[in-house]
Amino acid sequence: MLKYDESLDLVFQALADPTRRGIVERLTRGPASVTELARPLEMSLPGVMQHLAVLETSGLVRTQKVGRVRTCTVEPSVLRGAEQWIAERRLWWERRLDRLGEVLAVDANSAQDAADAAGASSTAGSAEGDPT
Amino acid sequence: MSDRSVTHATFVIERAYEATPRRVFQAFADPAIKARWFGGPPEWETLESSMDFRVGGHEVDRARIPDGPVTSFDSRYLDIVPDERIIFAYDMHLDDARISCSLTTIELRAEGTGTRLVFTEQGAFLDGYDDAGGREHGTREVLDQLGAELARQSAEV
Repeated sequence: MLKYDESLDLVFQALADPTRRGIVERLTRGPASVTELARPLEMSLPGVMQHLAVLETSGLVRTQKVGRVRTCTVEPSVLRGAEQWIAERRLWWERRLDRLGEVLAVDANSAQDAADAAGASSTAGSAEGDPT
Repeated sequence: MSDRSVTHATFVIERAYEATPRRVFQAFADPAIKARWFGGPPEWETLESSMDFRVGGHEVDRARIPDGPVTSFDSRYLDIVPDERIIFAYDMHLDDARISCSLTTIELRAEGTGTRLVFTEQGAFLDGYDDAGGREHGTREVLDQLGAELARQSAEV
């Protein structure tokens, strides 16, 4: 269980960067060499290699050197597998819980207004239902 | 769809809210408040939405994703301790495909003047997540959403 959570964390971290998301997107269309990946990125080869190292650690991308060319492929079992699906589900809940926070903040303000209007009543617990 | 598979996974989400546990609990218990945060994005067409907030009670949330499948959240409350804990079991469908069965525990703990919410989902994620129509919105969009979400989270920290 913990092992799983750690691997998901690595995937999340790897995808937190727009350049790395761009690389993964590119690789979903097919394998590419490091040079090909670097071309549209306006980035030095070592810079690209650094991003690739993060992606490799997460398991999202595999690289293989044949002769002088290092070819990168996306790891479908990680990208399209349960991790992605679960990450999506997690996101689904994260969004909802963030919206809950917004609703609570709005209601706190209106409850405060109501409490102020009513004079300091000790409990303002039933004011939530009121849309302002 | 011939491949059958189950992946078991657990994930935990924590949030700190500037609201008492009672108010956070009410946001789950009161259908009018819950409707303000629980539904899908506005562009989703709600087909069915109901909840019966008591142990043994059911909750259903069904919506059509534009140009996509119908997503169904079907839940049953297993444990409710006011202001402290809610446990429910739910399954998710995309059209006719059942894609997961989960047990979710929501714990509320007073923390300072606010509440720490700990959300734990233990799930069996089923075959079909990859090829039953749920992928229609595509890798790109998922990655973008993920990135936006993470950027927003790190901006908050």
